[in-house]
Amino acid sequence: MNWELMWDSVPTLLGGVPVTLELVGLALLFGALVAFGTALLRLSGNPVAERLMAAYVFVFRGTPLLVQIFLIYYGLGQFEAVRSTFLWTFLREPFWCAILALTLNTGAYTSEILRGAILSVPQGQIEAARACGMSRTLLFRRIVMPVAIRQMLPAYGNEVILMVKASSLASTITLLEITGIARKIIAQTFAVFEIFIVAGSIYLLLNFIASRLIRYAEWRMTPYLRARG
Amino acid sequence: MFELLSFGPNGWGGQLLAGAAMTVAVSLSSFLLGLVFGSAGAAAKLSHNIVLNGIAEVYTTVVRGVPELLVIYLLFFGGGSMAMALGRVFGYDGYVELNAFTIGVLSVGLISGAYSTEVIRGAVQAVHFGQIEAARACGMSRWLILRRILVPQTMRYALPGLGNVWQLTLKDTALISVTALAEIMRVAHVAAGSTRQPFLFYTTAAVLYLVLTTVSTAAFERAERHANRGVRRA
Repeated sequence: MNWELMWDSVPTLLGGVPVTLELVGLALLFGALVAFGTALLRLSGNPVAERLMAAYVFVFRGTPLLVQIFLIYYGLGQFEAVRSTFLWTFLREPFWCAILALTLNTGAYTSEILRGAILSVPQGQIEAARACGMSRTLLFRRIVMPVAIRQMLPAYGNEVILMVKASSLASTITLLEITGIARKIIAQTFAVFEIFIVAGSIYLLLNFIASRLIRYAEWRMTPYLRARG
Repeated sequence: MFELLSFGPNGWGGQLLAGAAMTVAVSLSSFLLGLVFGSAGAAAKLSHNIVLNGIAEVYTTVVRGVPELLVIYLLFFGGGSMAMALGRVFGYDGYVELNAFTIGVLSVGLISGAYSTEVIRGAVQAVHFGQIEAARACGMSRWLILRRILVPQTMRYALPGLGNVWQLTLKDTALISVTALAEIMRVAHVAAGSTRQPFLFYTTAAVLYLVLTTVSTAAFERAERHANRGVRRA
């Protein structure tokens, strides 16, 4: 073990944390919007929309994320039609390609979590809201969504951790986030174990913080489960 | 355009199929290795030995909390020296080099094993303790209880979870392409580079993965139906 090298690599590897956090944060934000739309369309009762969204979820859950990233980064640039539009200002940047792939990927997984949660809202609560004369949107906003979000939080926490790990694949398209920097240092110094321990610890810390945040959100949303003091 | 995918001398069809076969081979080997790690990990977690508990806990926490790519880099760059260190323990001083297949199976097996550990642990705990007591009361030995009571039921309870682990394992093997092992992703990457048709080849790779995941989902559904044939549904 080369302790000095290990210690010296800490600030360098920590320099990748902002990129990782940006990737994860933006992908989760956009992914939540995609998931929301997808879940609603899948429950809309419109057979065409339902089929289309089911196909989207099937494709993105059934293929490796690496294929999706390469298809977007290398594949889309092949077409003149893509390169001549304003989209190209985004799609030629590896950063936005990674965001797009991560967004579509997490959107597919999260939409399934959300769909399950919406379906699990007890029918009696919906009936009660209707009996109170709530409109469809009000019912959805006040009854279905709060209950569903509370219900989906544990599963969504897993998805957040999966996203933190998945962001490492952005290093395969030249982005220097934590894993990309780790690979670079390993190739220069061959200090495999030292770098693995430092980079791995950073990821474990990030995931620990993420799981704590989710647990805190769950705690905040379930005051009725706590003993009254 | 589609002649690039044909099986002729100018087509990549043959190589892509060979890549698919390689993906299946790596996935199956890693999954089986993962079952070995998972059984050992579950046994360690359920034992009353604090040291074994700790080791298994560290294993599952680290491997499930760290990106798969990092684990693969660890074995890709450090697997050789680890194997040599292990060789030295057994008195072999020579040079050891691991090939890409071994590195792939070891790293994906390690990842798969961490997830299998939790699935198998849950399945073992799902077997009612009364059954173990009953078996003991019949005078069965520990080994016989394991073989006749625990394992058959554990396999049934673990099947859905192991189906998920299999899907994860199958998709994780795409990451092995960074070690230049000629599986689907690697073949697609090379073909895309030399023909300048990345969209075509990555789409083909995606379709191949979809076929593999769909077929295995159906296979696991059949296996579940077979395993549950003796269970009456309410």
